[in-house]
Amino acid sequence: MPVAKTTQTSPRAQRPRGCDEDVAGLGGGRALLFVAPALTLIALFLLFPAVWTIYLGLTNYRLTGLAASATDVVGADNYLTTLRDPSFWNSLRVTVLFVALSGVVGQSLMGFSLAWSVRRLGGWARTALESVVLAAWVIPGSVVSFLWIALLDRREGTLNALLHMPGKAWLIEHPLAVIIIFNIWCGTAFSMQLFSSALSAVPPSQLESSRMAGASGWQQLRDVVLPTIRGHILTNTLMITLWTFNTFTPYLLTAGGPGRRTEIMSVYIYKTAIPGGHLGRGAALSVLMLLINLVIALAYMRVGRSRR
Amino acid sequence: MTTALSPGRTRRKAWTRALRRTAERIVFVTALVLIGALFALPLAWLLVAPFDQNPTMAVKWPQWTLSSFQRLMDNPYALTSILNSLLIALGTMVVVIALGTLASYALSRVRIPGRDALLYAMLLLSSIVTGTAAMVPTFQLMNLIGLINTHTGVILVLAGGLLPTVVFILKDFMDSVPKSYEESARLYGAGPGRILADVVIPVARPGIAFVAIWSVVQVWGNFLVPYLLLRDPASQPAAVLMYTFYTESGQADLRLISVFALIFALPVLLIYFVVNRKFGFRFYGGIKS
Repeated sequence: MPVAKTTQTSPRAQRPRGCDEDVAGLGGGRALLFVAPALTLIALFLLFPAVWTIYLGLTNYRLTGLAASATDVVGADNYLTTLRDPSFWNSLRVTVLFVALSGVVGQSLMGFSLAWSVRRLGGWARTALESVVLAAWVIPGSVVSFLWIALLDRREGTLNALLHMPGKAWLIEHPLAVIIIFNIWCGTAFSMQLFSSALSAVPPSQLESSRMAGASGWQQLRDVVLPTIRGHILTNTLMITLWTFNTFTPYLLTAGGPGRRTEIMSVYIYKTAIPGGHLGRGAALSVLMLLINLVIALAYMRVGRSRR
Repeated sequence: MTTALSPGRTRRKAWTRALRRTAERIVFVTALVLIGALFALPLAWLLVAPFDQNPTMAVKWPQWTLSSFQRLMDNPYALTSILNSLLIALGTMVVVIALGTLASYALSRVRIPGRDALLYAMLLLSSIVTGTAAMVPTFQLMNLIGLINTHTGVILVLAGGLLPTVVFILKDFMDSVPKSYEESARLYGAGPGRILADVVIPVARPGIAFVAIWSVVQVWGNFLVPYLLLRDPASQPAAVLMYTFYTESGQADLRLISVFALIFALPVLLIYFVVNRKFGFRFYGGIKS
């Protein structure tokens, strides 16, 4: 399920009063009837999974075997097993590295630098650069992951041909670095777009006067631009963190391997629950994921509201 | 104290400054070209390989041919999977638009108790319950109600995930429909259903169109939900089949994969650039996750 992705996200949007005046004579009863189908779907496929995960995480539910027919509530066992499992700590470490380097640092910095430099560029050069970055973002995950598999192929990949390094197995020797760079490549477009709209809102007169006062480019950036777009930076960081944390696309590139070296949280849950058959343990992990998502989403909504 | 500079020194200073500016410019342009190349390099394969007589993994100048497209026709699953993608995307879109329009109109016009809290809760829920965090219960729920391996199941799950955002965006559009239109329609004796169909929906059409396109793009590339719920290759959409093409076949059939990847990626690319041109920057943030 894709995450809600609008930038105008405060539900308490200030509308002129009287907007909810019921001129069509809909009436409360009919209004409920209109809302009910949508709410039913949301309750079934968003609310129920969230609640059910919490319950499942407390059971030993399995896909096959004895526990599949007789599921018992085992309390905190799944959580204790998870905490004792070195592969969980490995996954946590990989996830933190992946989110921090590819999302927070990589996508944000790359997106900002692109927005900042493209701003002075005009015409076809700007269009071309923005288009390739956007294309990387728009093309479906299973296609871009194959493009990267082709790029990094050990025997006849483009990268080895360019670097004259035949036989270098990037996906096996540096798998984590590869998925980090891959994720920066896929996701930079969002930050670039967000920052270029933020930058276009910085008053030119302020930049002009700071330039007159003799500020260098770096000083202008630090003292004029960054304070003005602080809210955007925060929003961007939170969104990127949420999406990077939840992304499943690296699975298409490495399937979590070799070994467990690229087993980010989403892949770890999938491997534990579906091929591994430990649905209870997978659910317990999902609860942890939901909690982290909740914290990030709450922070985002707070920021979104205070910015209005 | 001001120091007077000799004319020679001033000139030299101007010179070094110009030199430095040119050097900076060169570094700047080189960096941008490198970054552009980095982004373009993987994409280049998608542009040339489908038209190459003998595509390899590497990007190279092709021996032009269209014969690879025949491969697509010959593969039993390739075309079906594109149709499956279309079916799932359009199905989700229809569900989302129908339910979303009704709900957003009612929420825009009638103050149901706790409406703002409801919208807030919906939005929060949709961003914390994602495909990856909810895969276990979703899988189990579908197993339980017998919708595993069905397109209906995939459509319902995807629609449930998209609906909060859709209702939210559409409500904004509904709020902007002038009330006087509805008032006058009512004067002529139109009921609420009629007003919705003949007045509100036509006026809010740009919003509905945007949401329709948005949901198609969201669903088109989605991998995880159909991967979890559809086990039969004949019912899998292109996103899943693409993956099985290059993992399960020992020797990758690059002629088939390249053509298939292009056909699969092209619709969203086209949609995206058309929408982008038409609606401009405003929708940038919202069109793809």
